Amino acid sequence: MIKPVFLALALSAAVGAMATASQPLEGVSDAAITDGGLVTKLSDFGFFADGVAQLPADGVIPYRLNTPLFSDGAEKLRFVYLPPGAQAVADGEGLLALPVGAALIKTFAFTQNGRRQLVETRVLLHRADGWTALPYQWNDDQTEARLVIAGARVPITTPAGETISYRVPNKNQCKECHGLNGAVIPIGPKARNLSADWLAQQVASGRLDRMPQVAAFLPVWETGAEQPAAAAARAYLDVNCAHCHQPGATASNSGLDLRWQQHDAHAIGIGKRPVAAGRGSGGHEFDIVPGRSDASILVHRMKSLEGGVAMPELGKSTLDHDGIAVVERWIDGI
Amino acid sequence: MTKLNVACWTGACWTGACWTGACWTGACVKRSCLKGNHLGGASLSTTCLTLLGAVLATGLIAEPAAAGVVEIAAGEGAQERLQEALIMAQPGDEIVLGAGRFALSDGLSLDVDSVTLRGAGMDASILDFTSQQGAGEGLLVTSDFVTLRDFALENPKGDGVKSKGADAIIYHRVRVTWTNGPAATNGAYGIYPVESTGVLIDGAKVSGASDAGIYVGQSRAITVRNSIAEANVAGIEIENSRDALVEGNVATRNTGGILVFDLPNLPVMGGGNVILRNNLVVANDEPNFAPPGNIVANVRRGTGILIMANDSVLVEGNILKDNPTAHVMVVAYTQEYQDTRYNPYARNVVVRENTFGRGGDDPQIDGAQQLLAAFGGALPPVMWDGLAEGETGLTADAGVAGWSLNLKAVGQGLAAAQPGPMAVAAPTFQFDDATVGAPQQMEARLSR
Repeated sequence: MIKPVFLALALSAAVGAMATASQPLEGVSDAAITDGGLVTKLSDFGFFADGVAQLPADGVIPYRLNTPLFSDGAEKLRFVYLPPGAQAVADGEGLLALPVGAALIKTFAFTQNGRRQLVETRVLLHRADGWTALPYQWNDDQTEARLVIAGARVPITTPAGETISYRVPNKNQCKECHGLNGAVIPIGPKARNLSADWLAQQVASGRLDRMPQVAAFLPVWETGAEQPAAAAARAYLDVNCAHCHQPGATASNSGLDLRWQQHDAHAIGIGKRPVAAGRGSGGHEFDIVPGRSDASILVHRMKSLEGGVAMPELGKSTLDHDGIAVVERWIDGI
Repeated sequence: MTKLNVACWTGACWTGACWTGACWTGACVKRSCLKGNHLGGASLSTTCLTLLGAVLATGLIAEPAAAGVVEIAAGEGAQERLQEALIMAQPGDEIVLGAGRFALSDGLSLDVDSVTLRGAGMDASILDFTSQQGAGEGLLVTSDFVTLRDFALENPKGDGVKSKGADAIIYHRVRVTWTNGPAATNGAYGIYPVESTGVLIDGAKVSGASDAGIYVGQSRAITVRNSIAEANVAGIEIENSRDALVEGNVATRNTGGILVFDLPNLPVMGGGNVILRNNLVVANDEPNFAPPGNIVANVRRGTGILIMANDSVLVEGNILKDNPTAHVMVVAYTQEYQDTRYNPYARNVVVRENTFGRGGDDPQIDGAQQLLAAFGGALPPVMWDGLAEGETGLTADAGVAGWSLNLKAVGQGLAAAQPGPMAVAAPTFQFDDATVGAPQQMEARLSR
């Protein structure tokens, strides 16, 4: 038996294919965010006044992270949408609490043959029953991005000149990183990883209830060389690894906790033996050996592209040489 | 999922609608408990645990009405078609794999409760991951009451099937094979349930894993039976887990056949209450091919059953033959650790009547030649390190022969051994069959 939902998807895809170009929309569709089900076209949300230019619609606010997640060198354009009159609530240095109806939008782009090509846009929608994560793949004409529930692979040349098979995650893979204690949650917009200026602007405009109390902001990645090695490396691990490597998340069974706020040396891997690393250990005995990045499993796995060894497991087709250097510098100095 | 939860606990369940749906699949109970939203606040409250236990124990696991069947054939676009079906499935649905070879480029995942993924047989429906490019395993399951049956995975780059936090999961006649035979470049685990309550593995077959063929970690209420683990580093491994029944399996040509132990510094500690019964543990003589750094890299070639740092393990009715280091090895954890929750001793280990054939005749132990000479050409079937926490050490039926390293302290190496015949008391520690194994109610799902 073919399920009705498949038919519905197929039909809507066919109808969509008949349209010649995305229609200009009057702002963001709150209905699509809150009860749109599996919205098949990105343009149905109306997040962008101009999709290909990534010009946000009213109420869609761009932001950046101090230390970003590495995604094969993709340029990432981040936006947060709040419904009219809604307000985010500061929660210390952690995630801004975004109300139901809010959305986070992240577009991944690479420069190909001299022009920017949008590859995918991932959205996180805050619905009444929690956050829903959906991946959208841009077409070659850059006129529309369509829901790719099962993910996709796209040939890409990275800024470093490597030709890769870039992975657009499937819906479940969204949750592998965004899942915590069984629920889907945002990862990026933690107060400590946003700029004080941006936060102040949001407070001034009434979109954020108050200035969050942040003891130490994560360092701005581009200034990593000037940062203390520990701050740069721990920020990197927090942003690139800790969404899985923390209690209640995908890699909880490893016992490795790479969150910024974790201060127990063993928990962050120093002198910690692997649990289920398998051949990911690379013949090394400990996650982190002080002074010996070359003998540390954590670095070994960062430096690998091989399935079953490579970390992170998802969203990585190339090595992050800058990230590796930052982590090596820290470990070698412990 | 959350919608369902809210419905469950706001009463929709009791109006009848949910009786035909998925409420009693346990999803609502467990997930809402973990979030603490619906039961008065505190997560993992006693009420919650009782409720979860009740669902598991009483088997109020209704088959959702009007379950759908989605058939997926091998061939072009298998990756997307199968993954989409796994994502779009509704609780109660069955996804049926056709016969043939499914060429897959990425790991698959299932996050919907009460879904059955069924193939046409473990040699007929083959998920081929030889060209896998991403993900850490072939298939990842993160939902409850899932049944996986009658299909195979070949050559996954990392683990075979991993089920994490997936309660009441069944693996029935699932095969995971690394087709090039034992190699350090093979994935770590074949069948890999972790952090789960209720695990039933029946009729599975795993070979070539560079760590453990069947690995159950940080879980409880576990049955592993009628399965074949061949040519892995560890055949079957029960780690940091409780209430496990390992019965009627064949473990052969592994480095070590069946391993039961606890490791320090894991989120779930305190493994034990394990029964190893009526297994055929034969010719586990594969040289260890695990990458160093992993605990199983320390397993000596030729180990039949290894029990390390665990509480209450019964070994009975097994047939052990041609395991050249030791048929049964009972030892404390040997490495340094810093974890106050951790108990490194093997406690309350009971060896009752087993059938011991030839073995211990080519031990991978320093000083093997002197030992063999001293014991008349072959070591006795049970090897013990001699370490016990008080009165809770090893006991064995009269007539079970063994030898002891007679170590004096945890962490001592073989160099400190003073080998001699094993002298242990007769068992008084009692095991209760009713307390081990997967919940009885899961059995009904096998016959569907």
